[in-house]
Amino acid sequence: MTFWVNILSAGVSNGTALLFATIGELLAERAGVLNLGVEGMMLMGAVAAYATAAATGDPWLGLLVGMLAGGLLSLLHAFVVITLRADQVVSGLSLTFLGTGLSLVLGEGLASVKGVPTIPVFSIPIFAQIPFLGPIFFDSKSALVYIGYLLIPVVWYYVYRTRAGLHLRAIGEYPAAADSLGIDVYLLRYFYVMLGGILAGLAGAALSLSISPGWFSELTTSGYGWIAIGLVIFAQWDPVRAAVGSYLFGSLRRFTLDVQGVQSVFGIGNPFFFDRNLQFFLEMLPYALTIVVLIIGSRAALRKRLGAPAALGLPYVRGERGLV
Amino acid sequence: MAQIAQVTPKPRALRSPFTLKLEPRLTTPRWLPWVTTIGSVIFALLAGAAILAYVGGNPIEAYRHIYQAAFGDLYVFSDTLVKATPLILTSLACLLAFRMRLWNIGAEGQFYLGAWGATLIVESVLPNDASPFLFIPLMLASGFVCGAIWGLIPGILKARFGVNEIITTLMMNYIALLWVAYWVFGPWSERGFQLTPTFPRSAWLARATDFAGVFRPFSGMTVHLGLIFALLAAFGVWYLLNRTRWGYEIRLIGDNPNAAKYAGVNIAMMTILVFMISGGLAGIAGMSEVAGVVHRLQDRISPGYGFTAIIIAWLSKLNPWAVIPVSIVFGGLLIGSREIQPSGLARMLQGILLFMLIGTEVLNRYRIKIERVRA
Repeated sequence: MTFWVNILSAGVSNGTALLFATIGELLAERAGVLNLGVEGMMLMGAVAAYATAAATGDPWLGLLVGMLAGGLLSLLHAFVVITLRADQVVSGLSLTFLGTGLSLVLGEGLASVKGVPTIPVFSIPIFAQIPFLGPIFFDSKSALVYIGYLLIPVVWYYVYRTRAGLHLRAIGEYPAAADSLGIDVYLLRYFYVMLGGILAGLAGAALSLSISPGWFSELTTSGYGWIAIGLVIFAQWDPVRAAVGSYLFGSLRRFTLDVQGVQSVFGIGNPFFFDRNLQFFLEMLPYALTIVVLIIGSRAALRKRLGAPAALGLPYVRGERGLV
Repeated sequence: MAQIAQVTPKPRALRSPFTLKLEPRLTTPRWLPWVTTIGSVIFALLAGAAILAYVGGNPIEAYRHIYQAAFGDLYVFSDTLVKATPLILTSLACLLAFRMRLWNIGAEGQFYLGAWGATLIVESVLPNDASPFLFIPLMLASGFVCGAIWGLIPGILKARFGVNEIITTLMMNYIALLWVAYWVFGPWSERGFQLTPTFPRSAWLARATDFAGVFRPFSGMTVHLGLIFALLAAFGVWYLLNRTRWGYEIRLIGDNPNAAKYAGVNIAMMTILVFMISGGLAGIAGMSEVAGVVHRLQDRISPGYGFTAIIIAWLSKLNPWAVIPVSIVFGGLLIGSREIQPSGLARMLQGILLFMLIGTEVLNRYRIKIERVRA
């Protein structure tokens, strides 16, 4: 029992970074803009946050600078795809290149910095006592994890129950109709791409300042940004499903470590315990499962004929014949 | 048509007095794409210099060093060609897929599988004293097939279930790296080191230096047979795209998928086919790298060839011949920036360059006008 509690508890912590990145990408895609630069923005967020925290000793300031770095980088993508109407796939890919390269240059020598403060960890007094759920969700978690809990219902309510959320969905589904009602499609798309960038920056900062503190060049994110993009499709652009997916993928990372410490499963010798080289197959799991999750998501989208915002990936040009 | 009530935009503090207006060009002047491409390269170098100066480096010294170390004399140029070889092959892999608007970002993983497939022949199929005329063709075939299988998986998923190929190919990259790591750490490890034993000489691709007896100046040059494979592949891709029915269909799907569908092109079949050939080309790159340069399989044999290839394919404007010179330039960048700190410099330059390229693409398609907003 404690085996699973440990895994799920670590999963909630690990998954918080995925959660921020996934929610950010979800909002940008809801607005009709695909941003494949999540990995790059996360790395920039991670390096900016860690460098700031190292220089000032204030992790919260670091968090803020990390968010800013992600947001600024995303503006580049926004300008290129919204104003210049370039291909969103290519622009997003270049954003990942740029973010990765830039973060490596800026993070030079940062790996050896010691004693960088991290985001404080605390427990919620009464909730932490709840059997099973308490240790998983409320026992000595980073403050960011609790912020993540708040983010899920807020984003859900915003997207489905507010006027601004309605506008968000409108510009992603049928921008021409939204435009004719006086909604500023361009401005809002800029806003949501930047919001996505800020959240990706926050995700990166959460990694370098809280979840696995430190700067380990590209290994800081090790593909989390891409997993987040896969999760958005799996979640069918729904914030609650995105949260579930994030926490499960977070758990998977801990599972691959813990399972190697178990000597036998149901009385059978555990091969991962006896052959250390099999760990590479365990490490493949998150990536392989992302593919599986994508297949599930894509099949659901095909079957239900819904899912992706209709205008996702298409530039909006006022007065030009678009979709429908 | 009835007049619809006019919506007057509310004056907003945020609105700037100028707007950017894009007017589609009817014709693009022939010189314009060249000017924007060269302009992008220059801008990327300048921006890179600014960032380098900001973090305390000396940009002029760094660029001079890169140039000297990559193109300074014939011998370093030979090293540059060695780096250009896998770049040409992986770029052709990307180019072929991109031409059909299939985003195969997985050349890196297909490269690793190709290297693994070539090693499989040496480790498990042929005896060590087999003839090179047996080794090289079999390794080539095995590298191609393994790369093609790695491309086939996302290809089928895309064609059959409509799964986004960008993410699947990327995930396959991570899996390929771990797959190779398993073999070099485990079954093929040489005395517990993270590499396989060195291949027998007959499994090496011929190098220029092997012919020093015939032609003296070749002595010490490491450029190998893989370069010939790469040049042949460039011809092959050009021929496939421009002189065959499949190539015509690939270009048709890339330019207008709906028109292709109505014309009766089997898009699902072409998707799978292109993914296989694309993966196979990247697989040959991996084979050429283990058989021509490293002479063994080890962890992390690629410094990101498969990712640089994406930029090269784009920079070449999807022209197979242009891939060759562009790959040589990028090979030079790889060689030249080896000893340069910070180590991310080459990656950062590539990122800026790619961004500039897609940004300036717009100049080729549209006329940009800045207009004053009328009140």
